[in-house]
Amino acid sequence: MEMFTSIGLNHFLTISAILFSLGMFAVMTRKNAIVILMGVELILNAANINFLTFSKYNGGMIGVMFSLFVIVLAAAEAAVALAIVINIFKTFKTVDVSSVDTMKE
Amino acid sequence: MFEMPSGAEIQSIISTLRAGAGYFIPEIYLSALFMVLIILDLVLRGRKNRILASATIIGLLGSLYFIFQQHGLPDTEIFFGMYALDRFGIFFKYFFVLTGVLAVVISIEDEQLNGQDAGVGEYYALVVAMVIGMMMMASSTDLLMMFLAMELVGLSAYVLTGYLKNDKRSSEAALKYLVYGAVSSGMLLYGFSLIYGLTAQTNITKISMELIQHGYDPLVMILATLLVMAGLGYKMGAVPFHFWSPDVYEGAPTPITAYLSTGSKAAGFALLMRIFFVAVPHVSEGVEDMLSIDWLTIMMIIAAASMIYGNVVAIWQKNVKRLLAYSSIAHAGYLLLGIITMDKIGTQAVLVYLSGYLLMNIGAFYVIVTISNKTGSENLDDYKGLGKKMPLAGAALTVFLISLVGLPPTFGFVGKLMIFSALIAKGDLFMWLALIGILTSVISLYYYMFIPLNMFLREADKDNQAEVRTGMIPNIVTAVLMILTLYFGLFFQPIADFAGYSASMLGAVLN
Repeated sequence: MEMFTSIGLNHFLTISAILFSLGMFAVMTRKNAIVILMGVELILNAANINFLTFSKYNGGMIGVMFSLFVIVLAAAEAAVALAIVINIFKTFKTVDVSSVDTMKE
Repeated sequence: MFEMPSGAEIQSIISTLRAGAGYFIPEIYLSALFMVLIILDLVLRGRKNRILASATIIGLLGSLYFIFQQHGLPDTEIFFGMYALDRFGIFFKYFFVLTGVLAVVISIEDEQLNGQDAGVGEYYALVVAMVIGMMMMASSTDLLMMFLAMELVGLSAYVLTGYLKNDKRSSEAALKYLVYGAVSSGMLLYGFSLIYGLTAQTNITKISMELIQHGYDPLVMILATLLVMAGLGYKMGAVPFHFWSPDVYEGAPTPITAYLSTGSKAAGFALLMRIFFVAVPHVSEGVEDMLSIDWLTIMMIIAAASMIYGNVVAIWQKNVKRLLAYSSIAHAGYLLLGIITMDKIGTQAVLVYLSGYLLMNIGAFYVIVTISNKTGSENLDDYKGLGKKMPLAGAALTVFLISLVGLPPTFGFVGKLMIFSALIAKGDLFMWLALIGILTSVISLYYYMFIPLNMFLREADKDNQAEVRTGMIPNIVTAVLMILTLYFGLFFQPIADFAGYSASMLGAVLN
């Protein structure tokens, strides 16, 4: 019972691993560019949870600092990504990545 | 957990930062250049593409002075172990500034890029931003700084790839680059978080000490290794993380293709060498059990796969930019060979190889731009008979391709020779890798020589035999790059010496 009643390091790590896997799953299976970018956000946040957890259990503020920077970077990346997706929508009239595939071997 | 620092502590932090800034002048200068370029773009009216380009070239060349000033400074870690100033970093600073200059030189010629109605805008500013990012990738000694620098390079590169907004191929290339890039940087970050969890440190020297003192869980280390390698392999364009490169190289504006395939790739290698030589060198010794997959084995597999895949698939390519994309995958394999030797000769060989790759790869792309300006095509079939119409371009492209194959008397030969001799000096398993490298070089001879074959020995389909006039500046630049490739093939000693001198990293033990 102990394992279920008190929350420890492993619980956090499991959550982050699940989040990472869900993110990878979204990236690999979805066709919509926006959903793929959402998957990327899940991956980044999984890493963030890891950093915060390790920071809490290792002591020190390095992990917290790291995740703060990652949050800011994720926002910057989302801005650039959405600009590119909007441009794709203007030229291709779709955001489906499987139909944005004009270059072939 | 966290207490407010006292006044004295704040004073000491400020003085450390101020002392660190003295070692950070090239980057500060380039950041100022970045802002000046944005303002210039806003202030100037009319035909400003040439002015912006010249300002960028002058500004970038100016930074060489500040980098030169750093030679006298002692090797140090600055900004609380975030950043290093060492000879290895200085070599790459020179390298990236020169890459940036050459990328701008190609951009001036590219008519597709300059023909845009809206003008080039922030294009050159972003090129400078990439130079800063790549410099920081080569010099950072902290996982956080490494990640930030990689993202700076990545974000600028995504925008530059999609810079031809109305061109379908360019937009598509940007999307593919972005999706693969974002996923791989996410994986890299997850790998970093595991390393941080193992060691409670983010500075690579401290990580190394922590791993030696307290040991590590091999399973977690393998997972972290694979994730970090995925992120770096994407930057280096090595198999199996290469899926983006053919499409991106084909679709991106040609100057950016040249820039990505030399600058961004070299930055990936610089970062890999820092992590591999400083943070985890002993990890590569391997734990004696079933799970003894370590950094070294993984890199060996990646190197062999890249060489074989890149060279074999390139045979069927019909587009020159695509062909060079596959060739650059193969070159990533050769460069990895130099890294896995893990000694001073190998590192020196990698640095020499990169310098050669800079000249020959950028040269090849420069000629491709001049040709596609005249013919409007990058298809191999359209190169038929061009050798007679554009003799200088034809001769220069042939030299660059011979250099890419690695035949004497070119710079490419020197680089390959050094890498293979470093491998053979290590013996045993490394000998087999050298053998794969030599055999795949033979394969590469076939597809590279297909281009001169079309240019010189086959006649054009149309009866258009008139000589095509190219401008004065493109001719001079082509000739200079060609002569340099040949010159350094014969007199490589200064570069080899400088590379040997630079093969020394803060905190790494190489012998």
